[in-house]
Amino acid sequence: MSNNKESLINLLTQKPWEPAQAKVDNLHEGKTFNLHVGKLGLRYIMVVSTIMFCLFIVTYADRMVYDDWIRMPEPFLLWINSLILVISSLFFIRIQLASKKNNFEKVRRELVLIGVLAIIFLIGQLLVWQNMIEAGYYVSGSPANGYFYVFTTLHGLHLLGGLIYWVMTIKKVWKLDDSIVIRKAKHTVELCAIYWHFLLAVWIVLFGLMLFS
Amino acid sequence: MIVALLVLLVTLGSVAFHLWSPWWWSEIASNWVGMDNTILLSFWITGAVFVAIGLFTAYCIWKYKYNKNRRADYEPENSKLEWFLTIITSIGVIALLAPGLIVWNNFVTVPKGAYEIEVVGQQWAWMYRLPGKDGVLGTTDIKNIDDDNIFGMNTDDPYGLDDILIDADDLHLLKDQAVKLNLRALDVLHDFYVPQFRAKMDMVPGMITYYWFTPIRTGEFEILCAEYCGTGHYAMLGYVIVDEQEDYDEWLSEQMTFEEIMASNGKSDLIKLALNKKNDL
Amino acid sequence: MAADSYDDVAKNKESIPELEVAPQDLYHAKSFWTKYIFCQDAKVIGIQYALTAAAIGMVGLVSSWLMRMQIAFPGVIPMDAAAYYQLVTMHGMIMVVYLLTALFLGGFGNFLIPLMVGARDMVFPYVNMVSYWVFFIAVLILGASYFVPGGPTGAGWTLYPPQAITSGTPGGDGLGIVLMLVSLAVFVIGFTMGGLNYVITILQARTRGMTLMRMPLTIWGILTATVLALFAFPALFVAGIMMTLDNMLGTSFFMPAIVQFGERLTYDGGSPILFQHLFWFFGHPEVYIVALPAFGIVSDLISVHARKNIFGYRMMVWAIVIIGALSFIVWAHHMYVAGMNPWFGFFFATTTLIIAVPTAIKVYNWVLTLWRGNIKLTIPMLFSIAFIITFVNGGLTGLFLGNVAVDVPLSDTYFVVAHFHMVMGIAPVLVILGSIYHWFPLITGRFLNERLGRIHFWVTFIGSYSIYFPMHYLGFMGVTRRYFEVFEGDNFTYSITGINQFITVAALITGAAQFLFFYNIIVSSKFGKKAGKNPWKACSLEWQTPDVPPTHGNFGKELPVVYRWPYDFSVPGADEDYITQDTPPSAVANAKAEQT
Ligand code: HEM
Ligand SMILES: [Cu+2]
Ligand SMILES: [Cu+2]
Repeated sequence: MSNNKESLINLLTQKPWEPAQAKVDNLHEGKTFNLHVGKLGLRYIMVVSTIMFCLFIVTYADRMVYDDWIRMPEPFLLWINSLILVISSLFFIRIQLASKKNNFEKVRRELVLIGVLAIIFLIGQLLVWQNMIEAGYYVSGSPANGYFYVFTTLHGLHLLGGLIYWVMTIKKVWKLDDSIVIRKAKHTVELCAIYWHFLLAVWIVLFGLMLFS
Repeated sequence: MIVALLVLLVTLGSVAFHLWSPWWWSEIASNWVGMDNTILLSFWITGAVFVAIGLFTAYCIWKYKYNKNRRADYEPENSKLEWFLTIITSIGVIALLAPGLIVWNNFVTVPKGAYEIEVVGQQWAWMYRLPGKDGVLGTTDIKNIDDDNIFGMNTDDPYGLDDILIDADDLHLLKDQAVKLNLRALDVLHDFYVPQFRAKMDMVPGMITYYWFTPIRTGEFEILCAEYCGTGHYAMLGYVIVDEQEDYDEWLSEQMTFEEIMASNGKSDLIKLALNKKNDL
Repeated sequence: MAADSYDDVAKNKESIPELEVAPQDLYHAKSFWTKYIFCQDAKVIGIQYALTAAAIGMVGLVSSWLMRMQIAFPGVIPMDAAAYYQLVTMHGMIMVVYLLTALFLGGFGNFLIPLMVGARDMVFPYVNMVSYWVFFIAVLILGASYFVPGGPTGAGWTLYPPQAITSGTPGGDGLGIVLMLVSLAVFVIGFTMGGLNYVITILQARTRGMTLMRMPLTIWGILTATVLALFAFPALFVAGIMMTLDNMLGTSFFMPAIVQFGERLTYDGGSPILFQHLFWFFGHPEVYIVALPAFGIVSDLISVHARKNIFGYRMMVWAIVIIGALSFIVWAHHMYVAGMNPWFGFFFATTTLIIAVPTAIKVYNWVLTLWRGNIKLTIPMLFSIAFIITFVNGGLTGLFLGNVAVDVPLSDTYFVVAHFHMVMGIAPVLVILGSIYHWFPLITGRFLNERLGRIHFWVTFIGSYSIYFPMHYLGFMGVTRRYFEVFEGDNFTYSITGINQFITVAALITGAAQFLFFYNIIVSSKFGKKAGKNPWKACSLEWQTPDVPPTHGNFGKELPVVYRWPYDFSVPGADEDYITQDTPPSAVANAKAEQT
């Protein structure tokens, strides 16, 4: 009987020394949320990086109002790259469904595709950089350029980190010996998918910010 | 026993040190007596709390020393007592905050008619600028700075021509005249601080900060840079000399205006635009 | 009646949803490398953190000696202004980040969390191990900055631009500042990995019966501090990245147009104040990241050694949580005279003084725990009492500095130095020392030498109080901080030479006493008096392990089941003056608390 539905106020006003409370408490499972630790861990990481990006956005907003702010062009390639991210997220939804149905053949096939798409995206971003530099938009040119490079780098690094986890996921779904392993692998696929969707969301926010400011 | 004594001694010793310490603020030379008074008020309130907690702790240590035949009280909480303490504390905090905010309000509200002066900080020296006859400080821009124009005066601004530029660490002020210091830094953060005036504010490159005060007694007061500004921070000193009218006028008559400085350097052509505009005024 | 609750659990077994993962499959060390170096056991990682932090802390301590020598006896140890500022900076940064943060969360957090909540280990042992090694790399990078041309940065621990990355500052135009920023970024990454473990272990891996409100306050303190770090460290990270770019690639995030030494730099348009906001959005919570674990730990020490439950446990928990939340809306009290919009002063002064209320409640409750207690004046208790005095002192001077109008004359003087050393230097260090005396018998199975310990206590407490108490009065006179030469100002009311020499001598003695302490640790871990099981008669779980010191997996075959809060001391009617958390109700039928 975990007390998941208990409100925070109720929780914090418990008097643990009272015998009546003790009887309830003795039955407590020791978990706060009915969630797998992996999922919680992923949420933790997503919260930290969300805070980081939010702080960048706050400074961006602060910096934008100064008059040396020069808008950046939006290279067409960025739209294509964004599209690639959207497509990988769509594929990941398919993977999630397949994994639920234990269709691991499909999971494997499409996971590989995800990796390929991610690498294409990263190369695409590098190409964008190259175009920008050739067009004379250096990091130090205007703060808008600075932010563009910072945002793309950090997002790219997040994706690289994701690729490490993706390798672990691939390893797991390729070796499915018994039911425990299968359960773990499904779990890993799920986490990997959530992270990919998260990165898409981050990208949309950052891209939107750079487009509309 | 000895531990209780220790706590007692530390508590009372601190109070004794406070009462007899020869290290205390020097006599105030500005209108900010309110700051001193808020500090004194804070001393009374926090001092009372400090002594109360110290004495009570000492008492508990002495009274409730371990005895294996005795048991401690079993009392998980006492809401009444805790709420009572919370409320008392809140009252104490309000008593500190309210006067503090009133003084702060005075500090940030510059009175009309305050004499505007500019203080410029750079590694590691001070410069000053007075508004001159027209009572207006000319505009400046850091991009104008060069060897001929160390203040970065805008060379097309007629209001700047009569500004008095003082490239020295010492500044004279007139007693009983409210001044607003406009603070500017050329390179890094600095802070114009004179202990006897109590007030201070950082100078930030890229913006103009300010504060105001009224000197209330004559004398020479040392300026200390109060915001770390690099290797020479500790040597960024100077003097503010508060004068009666006569001495002040004498000092003032020895200073040169921007126009005069440019003329004496033979660079008057640089400020042609401003001179023309001045004639149009 | 109470006794059958255990059977209830058994009966309810079917209705309890099956755990999603099988009880943790523990990692088993196979070689020396995996047992002591790349170890995944949180206890070992905790000790690794503690030793690394202590080692780099030595550098911080010795730096403070050298600074004090320069202040009081200039010339005795030859140094120039640049060297002095490098010492100040490295001292401050090391003490705050690499010593205290790492020691409280990495050291105590790792060692105590699994033991106190009744877990076999952290939930992600591998990540935990990596976290330590990332921290270690951060320390190495920091250390490396001593050896680059130009030396380490002398920008002050606040690293304010433009000064931090320009040539008027030691290390500002060289690698010093870069390595500092990189080291901090690496630290933040490592810390995030550690924090992930602390939070999730506390939330999800507690043993049966361990509700949140049955956790010792130590755990509450560490949990809240880690959550603060989760929100605060990204700000440091962001500020660090942007400043690195300003420095290396010439962007102008924080750098305005500047004329330095008559030369115009290429920057334009950035805002130095923006950096300060980011820095203090990290920096203020950082103060509480250090303070909250200390609050929690000292509560437990006082309770155990006064043989009395902590007074007002619920208020204590609320206060920790409220202080943690409020600490995010007070940051600009460090910037009252930084040139920000003066109207912010009203808001931040108010929020800052509001924080004083829950903080004061904590103090009252510590003292009220002593009241009517049965106080054993053991060394941990002595340090706890010393903590109360110094913390009260430092907290009260915080009311001066938080009250914006009072801060105007006092900020950037020695009053500030005295205040923050009292409240976040001395006070938490006293807790650390006290808790080492307290938990040493658990870590090694032996007591620290009592005699040396008492000497250590007296010297440390009286010494550090004599360093910092008089220093406030220098601040009143207007003696500014970060001065390479602290000279007799023209208008000081009284000579400051004598008092500065007194402070320096006190600092040298106090510092030296710490070496006595290290000696004690080394010798006692081999030859100390054997402690046996639960020597302090404490209630919390970490003392209830089958082996002392606890071995791999902590609790032997079966995890303990928790039946009560960790403060059942001196329960009326009980045979002993303590009932451990894992004592089932049937075993203490007489105790009054068990009768409804
Ligand atoms: C024996 C113990 C210590 C002594 C003698 C000592 C001494 C000093 C001195 C002389 C300064 C320079 C003050 C100035 O000129 O502004 C300083 C700064 C500082 N200390 Fe300590 N300290 C000690 C322990 C600690 C501890 C435990 C901490 C942990 C919080 C700490 C944190 C700092 C910080 C943050 C600064 C500011 C650095 C800066 O201005 O950039 N100190 N200390
Ligand atoms: Cu300075
Ligand atoms: Cu703060």
